Amino acid sequence: MEKYFYLVILFPLIGFLVNGLLGSKMKGTTPGLIGTVAVFIPFLIALGVFFNYGHESQPILQNYFPWINIFDFQANFSILIDPLSLQMTLIITGIGSLIHLYSIGYMHDDEGFARFFSYLNLFIFSMLLLVLGSNLLILFIGWEGVGLCSYLLIGFWYKNEDYGYAARKAFVMNRIGDLGLIAGIVLLWSYFKTIEFQAMAIHAANVDMSDPVIIIATLCLFIGAIGKSAQIPLYTWLPDAMAGPTPVSALIHAATMVTAGIYLLVRAHFLFDLAPSVLNLVSYVGIATSIFAAIIALRQNDIKKVLAYSTVSQLGLMFVALGVGAYTTAMFHVTTHAFFKALLFLGAGSVIHALHGEQDIRNMGGLKNEIKSTYWVFLIGTLAICGIFPLSGMFSKDEILTVLFEKSKGLWALSLFSSLLTAVYMFRLLFLTFFGTYRDDEHKKSKIHESPMVMMAPLWVLAILSVFGGILNLPHLIGGESYGKMAHFLDPIFSHSKLATEHMDAGLEIGLMALVVGLVVIIGFVLYNIYVKKESLPKPDMSLRGVEALVANKFGVDELYDTVISKPVLGISRFFGQKVESAFDGISGFFFVAGFKSIGNSLRKIQNGNVEFYLILMTGSIVVLMILQFLIKI
Amino acid sequence: MLMQINHIVPIEHIITLSCILFCIGVMGVLLRRNAIIILMCIELMLNAVNILFATFSAYNGNPDGQIFVFFIMVVAAAEVAVGLALLVLIYRNTRSVDVSLLDRLKW
Repeated sequence: MEKYFYLVILFPLIGFLVNGLLGSKMKGTTPGLIGTVAVFIPFLIALGVFFNYGHESQPILQNYFPWINIFDFQANFSILIDPLSLQMTLIITGIGSLIHLYSIGYMHDDEGFARFFSYLNLFIFSMLLLVLGSNLLILFIGWEGVGLCSYLLIGFWYKNEDYGYAARKAFVMNRIGDLGLIAGIVLLWSYFKTIEFQAMAIHAANVDMSDPVIIIATLCLFIGAIGKSAQIPLYTWLPDAMAGPTPVSALIHAATMVTAGIYLLVRAHFLFDLAPSVLNLVSYVGIATSIFAAIIALRQNDIKKVLAYSTVSQLGLMFVALGVGAYTTAMFHVTTHAFFKALLFLGAGSVIHALHGEQDIRNMGGLKNEIKSTYWVFLIGTLAICGIFPLSGMFSKDEILTVLFEKSKGLWALSLFSSLLTAVYMFRLLFLTFFGTYRDDEHKKSKIHESPMVMMAPLWVLAILSVFGGILNLPHLIGGESYGKMAHFLDPIFSHSKLATEHMDAGLEIGLMALVVGLVVIIGFVLYNIYVKKESLPKPDMSLRGVEALVANKFGVDELYDTVISKPVLGISRFFGQKVESAFDGISGFFFVAGFKSIGNSLRKIQNGNVEFYLILMTGSIVVLMILQFLIKI
Repeated sequence: MLMQINHIVPIEHIITLSCILFCIGVMGVLLRRNAIIILMCIELMLNAVNILFATFSAYNGNPDGQIFVFFIMVVAAAEVAVGLALLVLIYRNTRSVDVSLLDRLKW
């Protein structure tokens, strides 16, 4: 099975080429089917490899061809199959196929149907390169590839100028992070003289703690992760990225691409273990982002924006877990988050589809009677993300909180606060969308329709995964193994990690779990009282005052960046463009242009059209040259 | 064969002849306006060089120079063909073969 693993990468690429080159000539849903199959077959292959892969198996390194070989720099085109990359591959291709299938229904009447699927396939291809690459350079190809696809898909409806700007913003923000990543790669190469993960891990065993080069290198990698995974201060692109079609938000901006930063940190954990100060920074950035984004999400009225800020917030939580060295826990949350956030986004897409493009939750309400099936899956997604027992989100989030409780009480309290905020904005979203009465006019109400089967089927699969996803890594006190299945599976990767986590007292763990679930349930009831019983609505934007207005306006971070960075940069370039350049033009115009012009004017007289003159000149020149040669020789 | 004629004519005489022919050619090209004469003078220069080639070849006992003469003759024939064709066209346009009339392409 491992022999054919190259097909996992090849199929999405073929799908991209076929859809991209021939898609416009195909009829109906053919491009969609091709795209879906091109992702589903890799999923089956990866599944086959996964079941063959035992706890004792060695990581498989598949070397396809030497790519760059200059002096002592070597980079092969090779992939590394180990538990970590296998898990990411399963998430990407599994959830990827479901979202492809869903897109067939969601995008059915779009003129760019084939283009959409070719981009999606290209994205899957790049993402697989990112997680499977055995060295930093292959990872970097994938890293740039997903950035490009993200740009292409955010600006998919390119005729809308705002969407184009959102795409550009995402691209530019990502570039800042990418610069960090490049710097990190170069630094690591100059230090280890290799960029292969396995070789670096072996070398890293002999490196002192807090080696200054390692600290700077890990800091650079973390900057890359900040850009890709939308953390403070580079998070502002993610909410704007919601301009893309909803399946894109689900696939790229919730389930897969934004977790690339977490993947990078986990993949390079042997370096981060050597830099405790950077790990602390990771925690602090993570917790700050988590709370900040959660607060902003409280006041958003666009159904997709709420989910976008929720994604930023959840990613922040994962970084907190990474920061205390709980790599498995972070990966567990990546997995369950991929399930329920993809579910929520696709559910939101189903709502938007049913309402023919309406995204403002103030114009919704009462939808649970209109679109029952969507309501149920959305409810499951909400309960999962809020952490209600026994849905998947509860297990992963609880694991993060437990680890934090053990490591640092302060981080634990802040994370608890953040996850309670999660419950607040998610219940608010759920109640405003599906409960109460419909708030737009009756004419529109008659047009509401449930999404077709091709969209609902992936939703139900994701709903089932969101419910039972916790089984992947059950804590041992609820019928789990000595420690969770996923932890067991990922264990070989972290066996060298000095910060590997031990497990704590069972009673305390249950107590913490019960505390969180209890608080979430209370929040649920309070919000039910506010939004369903009393039917209070979000105020119109104009009537907001003070802090409320500030939160609704996302703390004005976009405006801040605009004033502090964009405007001065633009001003400087305008100054150089208009003042400095024209000054140069004046100076050079005076000295050079006029000079050359007068020389040219006098010299052109030589070309007077007289053949005899030319002949004499030619002969004379030859004679002069001969005399010169004669003189020089002597 | 070649070696036997070596000492019949001294080499200085042949070089002098070649130089005289070449200079006549150069002066003809520079001083005459008739395009036909100019072409002929160019031929004269080429053949002055040919004589030198043949002579040096004979004196050195190396046939390369003589082979080169054939190449020059072939190229010169082609050049004359093109040159005369141009000349015919010039004559059709200006009813003259005076090159000094063709001075409109300038500055």
